[in-house]
Amino acid sequence: MFVIMEKKELAHTVYQFKIKAPSIARKRKAGQFVILRLNETGERFPLTILDSDTNSGTIDIIIQEVGKSSAMLGNMGVGDSILDVVGPLGKPTRIENFGIAVCVGGGIGTAPVYPIAKAMREAGNRVVSIIGARNKSLLILEKEMREVSDELHVATDDGSYGHHGFVTQVLQNLIDGGMKMGCVVGIGPVPMMRAVSNVTRPYNIPTVVSLNPIMVDGTGMCGSCRVTVGGKTQFVCVDGPEFDGHQVDYAELILRNRSYLKEEKLAMEELTCHEGVKCYDRK
Amino acid sequence: MDMDPKEIKERMKIPRQPMAEQDPAVRVTNFHEVPFGYTPEQAMEEARRCIQCKKPLCVGGCPVNIDIPWFLRLIAEGKFLEAARKIKETNGLPAVCGRVCPQEDQCEKVCVIGKKNDPVSIGRLERFVADYEREHSEVSIPEIPRWTGKKVAVVGAGPAGLTVAGDLVKKGHKVTIFEALHIAGGVLMYGIPEFRLPKKIVQSEVEYLKRMGVEIVLNAVVGKLDTVDELFSSGYDAVFIGSGAGLPNFMNIPGENLIGVYSANEFLTRVNLMKAYLFPEYDTPIIRGKRVVVIGAGNTAMDAARTALRLRPDEVSIVYRRSREEMPARIEEIHHGEEEGLELKLLTHPRRFIGDDDGRLKAIECVRMELGPPDESGRRRPVEVPGSEFTIEADVAIISIGNGANPLIPQTTPDIKVNRWGNISADADTGRTSKKGVFSGGDIVRGGATVILAMGDARRAANSIDEYLTTGVW
Repeated sequence: MFVIMEKKELAHTVYQFKIKAPSIARKRKAGQFVILRLNETGERFPLTILDSDTNSGTIDIIIQEVGKSSAMLGNMGVGDSILDVVGPLGKPTRIENFGIAVCVGGGIGTAPVYPIAKAMREAGNRVVSIIGARNKSLLILEKEMREVSDELHVATDDGSYGHHGFVTQVLQNLIDGGMKMGCVVGIGPVPMMRAVSNVTRPYNIPTVVSLNPIMVDGTGMCGSCRVTVGGKTQFVCVDGPEFDGHQVDYAELILRNRSYLKEEKLAMEELTCHEGVKCYDRK
Repeated sequence: MDMDPKEIKERMKIPRQPMAEQDPAVRVTNFHEVPFGYTPEQAMEEARRCIQCKKPLCVGGCPVNIDIPWFLRLIAEGKFLEAARKIKETNGLPAVCGRVCPQEDQCEKVCVIGKKNDPVSIGRLERFVADYEREHSEVSIPEIPRWTGKKVAVVGAGPAGLTVAGDLVKKGHKVTIFEALHIAGGVLMYGIPEFRLPKKIVQSEVEYLKRMGVEIVLNAVVGKLDTVDELFSSGYDAVFIGSGAGLPNFMNIPGENLIGVYSANEFLTRVNLMKAYLFPEYDTPIIRGKRVVVIGAGNTAMDAARTALRLRPDEVSIVYRRSREEMPARIEEIHHGEEEGLELKLLTHPRRFIGDDDGRLKAIECVRMELGPPDESGRRRPVEVPGSEFTIEADVAIISIGNGANPLIPQTTPDIKVNRWGNISADADTGRTSKKGVFSGGDIVRGGATVILAMGDARRAANSIDEYLTTGVW
């Protein structure tokens, strides 16, 4: 059992949790993830580790309520326990001094970008971060990102805060302004990662994306998370989660992430039992 | 003991006792176990068929050398609990082995009764006594000797890991098993389906080990949490790696990543371990196809096919590039599958998977094969018949063509030597690897074998671990 020590609402339906998991906290590195199973009937699903504290033996994760499992987690509170947390899984981010490291986070994707930006800064990079969201109220981790960045740019789709438009436009502007980028890390919804990779490709800027496919075991046993990278099948759980953004077959990933759309909808309807979204409080 | 020739003759006349099982039309609608097991009367009658050979070949046919004639004699005398204890001297998982061992290739293959008649049903009797003990008594715990002061870490709670752990605690060592999944049992939980091996039986075997003092740490991925070296520095004196089968093989043909194309591992894990057949009561979904094609013809393919049948599609077929004779699955499994409606598409080989606009599988292009001269494995090599391409409709395909090695431990412990397929190199007699104090066995060494072979490896490794811990000599 893994106890929730803290919970913070970052935006509407977006929560940050601090979970007691001392052995994971001791080992995890930027870029790695955990797999959770909330209860006996629960599914296994991956979440990036945002941060850890070896003193308190805790790890931080961020969740956005999009389906049944995330909604149930979103509804859990301090003192509640998660049945299973396993990790740290996946390979850590390659952290070295690239000169200028540009860290781009889209929506909830800012959560996995944060530990990378922090590690890049510690490795001596000049960290330039670009974070974005649909609107100001959905923007997360602005303060935290500012603390670990030498330069922070904010974009919102509706212009309610910062640059009016997409993070990729800000990225393009920086390139056009002559910034010599040693690497770009882009994490967010798959179309956003594809767009980031499309921006950097003509300039051959090394670009890393962190993929988020459907997983089951997370240790290489099942192959649910396979993606095509550079024409070859790779398992995100053991070969990734980070890959060369210029080589990823995003169209395939988008399709595969829709594998269980119908089932996910059904599960959500069952959860809310046609009584309203919070009826599962009582379960 | 010498048996009177007249008695032998009498015993030879007893026919093999059939084991009742669920009707195929009924069982294909549920996940309950297929055979019901022997009644006590049947078990005693079947055990009487053993003529108590002076030099029993069956013992040598068993990878863990159970004293088969002895336990059969105890059954014939109605001493079921004693029989169970006799087996447990050499086999910690009799309820499992009685169900999933390929006895027809092992103990029963060499049974002398089998020369003229059906061999004694050793597997069914092993199953009977294990079930009898579990259902009729508090399962007895052997006496555990005083702690030797030595600690052993076991990686993986599958058949190999559980066996090593059981053997070593009985010798007085402290054992901790580190298991990556959220439940112990390994392939017995995620792979072998409920209708062949009820999960509560696996868990009662795990409980038995825990009662003997084995510590099991779940959700612990060795290599990602502690590495093997860190296990040593945290106080373990020896490490056994039984991490099991690794990454599933795919065919490397076009369309393999379409939605609806599963590895057998994923399909079985979703249904068995995560109970996707109970979706939405359980949260893990599975695509319930109308036309399911399983590619491959081993035991895992049969498990996948028979599991698929229970999700009630219109049809399930096996696509296999050789003929029925070469199918590696147990004959009993093929027979069970066909009874349940499984169709075999033999001498057929997939060329590519064809999808619709949403990226979902809709058909498989195949080519007909014919058998040429034998290859190095002795099996006749299948060759394509030119121009024989055809497509079969399918919305779910399950690829069951074996597994590669999982890289997690070799990656983080480079001084453990692996072969060119990435499997750990371990001595066949002792389980020793290239690294001092590290032993290994089961599928991570063999690259895909059976439960009982993994247990046999584990038995030998446990003996040499005990020797190493006692003498300190590597």
